[in-house]
Amino acid sequence: MSHLSLSSALPAPTPTGALRYAIFGGIYNNYLSLPAVLDDAQRCGAQAAFCLGDLGGFGPHPDRVFPILREREVVVMQGNYDHSIGHQLADCACGYTDPRDNHYARLSYAYTQTKTSERWLPYLRELPPLLRQTWHGLRIHMAHGSPRRVSEFLWESQCPDAFLARLLRQFQADVLLVTHSGIPWLRRLPASVGGGLVVNVGAIGRPANDGHTGVWYALLTIAPPAGGLPSTDAITVELRRVDYDYQRLAADMRAEQLPEEFIETITTGYWTTCLEILPSKERSLGKH
Amino acid sequence: MSPLSDQAVLTETDLPTENASAGPPQPTPRRHLPVYPVPSALPSTEACELPFFGLDTLWLQLTGTLCNIACRHCFITCGPKEDRVPMMTWPRLRTLLAEAEQLGVKEFYFTGGEPMLHPDFFEVIAYTLQRGPVHVLTNGILVDAAAAQRFRQLFFGSRYSLELRVSLDGMTAEENDPVRGRGTFATIVSGLTELARQQLSPVITVVEHREGLAAQEARQAFLAFAQSLGLKQPRVKFLPLLRLGREPKRTHGYHHEDVVRGPLDEAVVQSLQCNSSRLATEDAVLTCPLLLDAPDARLGTTLTEASRPIHLRWSACHTCVSEGLSCRT
Repeated sequence: MSHLSLSSALPAPTPTGALRYAIFGGIYNNYLSLPAVLDDAQRCGAQAAFCLGDLGGFGPHPDRVFPILREREVVVMQGNYDHSIGHQLADCACGYTDPRDNHYARLSYAYTQTKTSERWLPYLRELPPLLRQTWHGLRIHMAHGSPRRVSEFLWESQCPDAFLARLLRQFQADVLLVTHSGIPWLRRLPASVGGGLVVNVGAIGRPANDGHTGVWYALLTIAPPAGGLPSTDAITVELRRVDYDYQRLAADMRAEQLPEEFIETITTGYWTTCLEILPSKERSLGKH
Repeated sequence: MSPLSDQAVLTETDLPTENASAGPPQPTPRRHLPVYPVPSALPSTEACELPFFGLDTLWLQLTGTLCNIACRHCFITCGPKEDRVPMMTWPRLRTLLAEAEQLGVKEFYFTGGEPMLHPDFFEVIAYTLQRGPVHVLTNGILVDAAAAQRFRQLFFGSRYSLELRVSLDGMTAEENDPVRGRGTFATIVSGLTELARQQLSPVITVVEHREGLAAQEARQAFLAFAQSLGLKQPRVKFLPLLRLGREPKRTHGYHHEDVVRGPLDEAVVQSLQCNSSRLATEDAVLTCPLLLDAPDARLGTTLTEASRPIHLRWSACHTCVSEGLSCRT
């Protein structure tokens, strides 16, 4: 394969001494968007890639993403889906409360569970539940949903500064990186609550309910400290939307007899399921 | 002008008589607990202790027990003449919100009574929305065209989410009005329609006041009904009956065996909202919105004082533990 692995160059910063990392989550079996995102990150000079979990669900052919993650040396942590599939639990534990959401979650889970080869189960089981890093002196905490609960949704419209500051304090972090909800956002906390940075990196498995078929990830560039204490001001965050061959994915999904509602999401960019978990504000940006 | 005089104000005398209720009274062969005020069903030494994980959710009893209707299933006996729990003042509200922010609160819920009866209701919501997401639990009766427009401005003008919950207990006047009061169905539907005109999609909250109301088919029917009112992204939330307040007169109260005994499953501990929420009134902080009338549910006057474990010693806890009631939107 012609692609370079991303993390093979992990120790070496850019010529300016900056670190540049790609962070993404929610692959949802999308074996086509995954390499597209990694290629984009590589073109941008990313030295490593981190996946915040939820490798399965929603899309076709679960087994196809594992070799890509391994070959490209992506640092992967466990999401609720990976925990459930790895341990062969009865459901995905996504945290839905609405019967319609749960109906589609069950279809999605049953498909992924059936189609995930047994040989990958230990890999899923053994993924770490969180990742801690120190980047140029900054304490980085990577979680799936939130640092305190794997299935907690952190939506932009439902996370006051005071609440995010409390999470950073509680988990002794300067930067918090999460996924699970599927819609990207970032917040620089004001000094009045102690500062810090929170990024929801979105999901690369399906669009972000924004009417565009592309998927989102985060590219973080951390400048070397210029003397003094490390500061999150040294971090530049770029939320990037990446296009991929969604029509091929839709055709695969149709061939696998996955629900037409899922396919509509892939081809229109608007969510058709998991709608009840959306706060009104995020939902109002979508079509359904 | 007082909001009380705006429109569709109903009094206790407008309410149906017992005979007009849906269906005959249910047989009550077992002994019942006294229902008002709410006693604890277990001594704290026998009740399960529930940890407190920090303040995520602050419920605010904005109008105390004052309401413009007097629903026959109201679990805290609110009504037009019920002023036993006072309306919240600005100094109290500001103090609570500041303290909540210090504690890292995640969201605010405004309830009552009918919160829209507060003379500064929209100012209160705007002030709170600067601090975090807000949920408003309303009966929808005061939602006219002007109010819906104010909600729209707040919804689209705020950084944080504004969630509206409108109570409606049936898809027809025949089903709703015997519970919520004569004429309320038409008024609530009018309010929902006004919200729909402003591109808002409130959650319709339905109490399962008769068997089968929350069945899957009924849920679908409710969603279709909401869509027929013009709500583009309709949501429906069903709530189980709470056998407190006025409900015991309509049907029956909790039974003596309706108590929570431990040990609690970890999943239950994590699911109970009272592990991370508190209810504040003008003069107290309590464990949860269901226990407004439970003297021993008062945990103090500040949120900090109330940030401690509780014991699940009330019969209402049985509904949350056994029926999975969540007050979350």
